[in-house]
Formats: sequence, structure tokens, C-alpha cells
Amino acid sequence: MSDVVIQTNAITKTYESGSNSVHALRGIDLTVHRGEFIAVMGQSGSGKSTLMNVLGCLDTPTSGNYLIDDVHVETLNKNELAAIRNEKIGFVFQGFNLLARTSALENVELPLLYDRSGRKRDSRAMAIAALERVGLADRVNHQPSELSGGQQQRVAIARALVTEPALILADEPTGNLDSRTSIEVMSLFQALNEQGITVLLVTHEPDVAIYAKRIVEFRDGRIRRDEPVKNRRNAAEDLANAEVLDDDIMAPVIAPAATVAVAGGVA
Amino acid sequence: MKLMTLVKLALQAIRKNKMRATLTMLGIIIGVAAVIVMVAVGYGARSRIKEQINNLGTNMIVITPGASATGGVSQGAQAFATLTVDDATKIRNEAQYVTAISPVVATRMQVVAPSGNWRTSINGVDIDYQTIRNWTTSDGAFFGPDDVRSAHTVAVLGRTVAQRLFPNSDPVGQEVQIGKVPFTVVGVLSPKGQTAAGTDSDDVILVPYTTASSRLSGRARIPQIIASAASQQDIPAAQDEVRALVRESHKLTQGDDDDFTVKNQNELADAAASSTDVMTMLMAAIASISLLVGGIGIMNIMLVSVTERTREIGIRLAIGARGSDVLTQFLVESIVMGVIGGAIGLLVGYIGAKVLGHFTGWETVISPVIMIISIGFSGAVGVFFGFYPARKAAAMNPIQALRYE
Repeated sequence: MSDVVIQTNAITKTYESGSNSVHALRGIDLTVHRGEFIAVMGQSGSGKSTLMNVLGCLDTPTSGNYLIDDVHVETLNKNELAAIRNEKIGFVFQGFNLLARTSALENVELPLLYDRSGRKRDSRAMAIAALERVGLADRVNHQPSELSGGQQQRVAIARALVTEPALILADEPTGNLDSRTSIEVMSLFQALNEQGITVLLVTHEPDVAIYAKRIVEFRDGRIRRDEPVKNRRNAAEDLANAEVLDDDIMAPVIAPAATVAVAGGVA
Repeated sequence: MKLMTLVKLALQAIRKNKMRATLTMLGIIIGVAAVIVMVAVGYGARSRIKEQINNLGTNMIVITPGASATGGVSQGAQAFATLTVDDATKIRNEAQYVTAISPVVATRMQVVAPSGNWRTSINGVDIDYQTIRNWTTSDGAFFGPDDVRSAHTVAVLGRTVAQRLFPNSDPVGQEVQIGKVPFTVVGVLSPKGQTAAGTDSDDVILVPYTTASSRLSGRARIPQIIASAASQQDIPAAQDEVRALVRESHKLTQGDDDDFTVKNQNELADAAASSTDVMTMLMAAIASISLLVGGIGIMNIMLVSVTERTREIGIRLAIGARGSDVLTQFLVESIVMGVIGGAIGLLVGYIGAKVLGHFTGWETVISPVIMIISIGFSGAVGVFFGFYPARKAAAMNPIQALRYE
């Protein structure tokens, strides 16, 4: 097993809409090593979502090469892509995308139902273990509607983890969460990353990206910036500090400038 | 995925939309119940007819004229009066397996009594007739061997005829005039009820066949010779024997076709009952239309369900489900709906047939075959009408499906 999880060479993606062609990706060279924690940033329309779809094997590039875990994706058919998504990738979405009226356990178990490798026999035990890893051992039989947003996202992360994928792809995982819950989720990602899991997350919030190890910034379908995160923050510490300062308001930690206003309001 | 998992998933999905699933299944329930009731009534009529034919007599064999061919042109059954009294006599004298035999010399005449008159069938028969038909007199007595030998003018009246001609008196010992010949009534038959064809068995007068041949003018013919085999097991042997004897009597050489037909009671019963089969099929076909409508209902709801669950489909595809997995999932769902509907419909149909039978007095028969067929058929309806929506679900683009609001 090589150290490289993802390697793309000059990936392009062009959408034909009527007579116009939209160049969503204009030649992306990206290498992700095992154990990395990357934040992909960029404004809407910059191509980061298209990249997510291509990296997640939901979409195929127009040209270029893409290797995931030493497998050449561009040669695979639909069913083989489904198998790659099942075995090598764990998705976390902005809208959680859990099945409604289905227990947390069954949601987490779902990817294992589609496993054809035969490696994953005791799906129930594996699902429970994954829920324990995200700290939801006591919410196993709860339905999504009975869980808070942060808890739902943790169920979604457990679902991504359960197949032991090579890579977790998170698309705006904090987009629907308030600041404090966002940091909770980021703290979970950081903890999982510490355990060796490779995480690639797409976000447009610098406050979220700052918890990653490396930032890749997109503009107009090209990588404009690719560098390690300076002043990387530790989400768990931020949470602890926030508890000391104020149980509910995370604003001081995220944006010091807002502290005065909020503190003033409280006083 | 395992079948158990798929069925569990389907049941979960159905349970999430109980009302909708119930209404959808109602179409199948009504369809299956209608088919079951129709077929039950049809089979009931069939078994009733067979029962009536079997009531005709014991181990009966019937020889009818017909199937004659002249120079290769088949004339059809009963084209010629090919049976004669001699045929009957020959069988009586020579057959081993036949215990009783009687020709039936039939005509139709006006009968006059002092207190009324009536037009009815006059059947000239032998004394064995009462054994073969298992039909005895309730008043007086049947005519005896002497009456037959000497062609006496004696008559046994059917119950209906007795009531018409002698509404207020005992007919035994009285005189009736059949055509222009006076007959003495010696007995009245016990009532036998309707025939399989729906006519009145009791609207008949029995006279010795010798008398019928010699004294009654009119177009007397022998529409049938009836005989009894010694036992149920002897029926095939008796049939073969009778056939050989009648061929001999008609001087048919090898290679000639039979100019008569020998049938046993069961064959007659089947032939009569087969007419109800057409009716049963027709009623079942009409009832099946409602099953078809039920199937369209399933298709409609599955299409709605696929659209509603676009996001779910997107999630499943994203986490590694193949198109075929999604296809199977939705297909199993519609099959499960069809089969559950079919099972409930079966129950409703069963109860419906019993209730209908109870109130109308019709006999209803529900065969296990039709139960299996109806459940299988409703499952097939699920497959047929579920396939298009399921394929639509499987063909979805995961990216668009995930974005669907």
C-alpha cells in the first residue's frame, strides 16, 4: 500500500450546456497522502464541488488521470465505481443526508448492506463500533428527527467511517450547523485524523478551514493556492476554552472582534 | 443484498406510508377477491352439475347413436337413429360386465286424463331402468317383466305428470289416454328434481319399451340405451364390451368407424360441466380487469414514491449501491405490495364467496390451485407494474439525486 491516497493528473471537467461549454475544472494536479487533513476552499462556481464529485467517483473527469488507492478510476464502469464509493470513500454531506424515520444504527449500517467484498460480516457490530467512535453509543436507536444537527452530522460521519474507507470526503459538513456545533464536528474530524484517517473537506468558511492541516484554494477551475495551514487551531482546545468563557456562545473564540459586542449585550 | 434484507426494507418503506400503501393495495385486494368469488361461483356450478349427473344412476353407461359417416362425410351425433332394440337385447344376452340394461324409446305426446291433460315425454323402458337410474316408485309399483314381454298398456307417471293429471286424486289404478291408446296407471315415481340441463326429471311417463314400439305412433326413436356396470372398477371393461357388441350388432367391419358413442357417467358429467367453464372463464376475465387496474395503481404510487425518495436514492448510490441494487429494492417493494394485497384479497374473496353462498344458496368451491394462482398473479402484477418505476429509480444520476429538494 502506497502512501498516496489520491493522485490526479491534469483533470478537466467540461459541461456542455447548449452551445456554451462550462469549464468547471481546468487541469487539476492534486496529490493527497495518507493521514492528511485538507480543506478545499473557494467561492461558489470555483470548481470545488465538481472536484468533490470527481474525487468521490460520482462523476467522471472529461480528461486526465485519477488514481485512488492505486486504482485507475477513469477505466472503471458504473458498477466498479459504485464498489469504489462503497469501499474506499466515506461521504459526509452538508445536509447530513440521513434516511428519515430510520434509526441511527440502520443509517450507519447502510453502506455495509451494499458491500460485495464479503469482508464485512457482522454489520451490526461494526455500525455500533462506528457510532461509539463518534460518541453516539447512547443514541443508537434514535431516529434523525430525534437528534440535534450536530448529532445527525456525527451519525453521518459514523456512516462514512463504518466501511473503513481510504478517504473521508466532506462537502461543507458544517454548513448547516451553528458555530459551536461546527467546532464540535471539526474536533471530531481532528480526532479521527489523529487516528490516521485521511480527510478532505470542502468549505468556504476560513474559520472551519483553519482546523485542517493543508489548504487548497480554488478559483475558476484552477488551484490558486496550496499550502500548509499557518496557526492551525485545535478544535478540542477551542471548545474547552469556550466552556470556560461561556457555555453557549462560541463567538469569542471564532471571532475575537465580536466578543465586545456580545459581552456588551449580555452585560 | 440478501432477500431477507430487501423484504425488510420493502416492509419498512410500506409501513412509513401506511395509508397510501393500504389504498394502493386495495386495488389488488378488490381485483383478487373478485376473481376468487367469480371462480368460486363458477366452480360451484360445475360441481353441482357433476353431482346432478352422478345422481342419474349407479355406474351408468350410456350408449347414444351418432358419429356416423357416409362416404367419409361425418353426419354428426344423432344424425341417424342407429340404435335399435336388438342392440339392447344383444347386450343383455351376451355382456359379462353389464348387470342391467334398458333401451329408452322416446316420444312426446298429449296425455289425457279425466281431470286434465298434459303434453309430456313418453319413455319406453325395460324394468332394469329403475335399477340403473336408481329410481323407484313412491305409490303403486313399477311394471313387471310380464308387462314388458306382452306389451301391456301400463304406465308409471313422473311426479309432475301425476300432479298435473290427477291434482286431487290418487292416480294409481286410474286410466290415462296417451295419444289414442288407453293406459292403466300402475305407479307414481318418487320425485327426482331438476336435470343438469335444468329441465324437470319428473315430467315424464314410463311405459314398457315393447308397448312404446308397438302401440304408440309418432316419431318414436331410441335416443339412448342405458346400462349399469357391476361396479365402479368394471366400468371401463363394460364400456369396451358394450362397444364390441354394438359394433357386432351393427355389422361393422374392422376399419369402419363407430356409428354410436359409449360414454360413462363421469364423461357425461365432464361434458355437461364444461359448458360452465366458459362462463367461469368469462367472469374471471372480467374480474381480472380490476386486478389490472390495481396494478396500474401500484405503478402510479411507485412513480410518486421514486420521485419523493430521490434523495434517498441519491444517498444509496453515493454510498456504493449499484443501479441494480436500487432497481431490486423498488421492484421488491412493489412485489411485496402486490403479494400482500393478493393475500388479503384471497382472504376477502374466501369470506365473500362463503357469504355469497350462504345468502344465495349457491354452492361455492375455492380450489387451492386458484389460491396459489391468485397470489402468484398479484406478485406478477407487482413485477410488471413495478419495473418501470424501479428502472427509473435505478437510472438516476447520484449527483442530481443528492441535490434534489
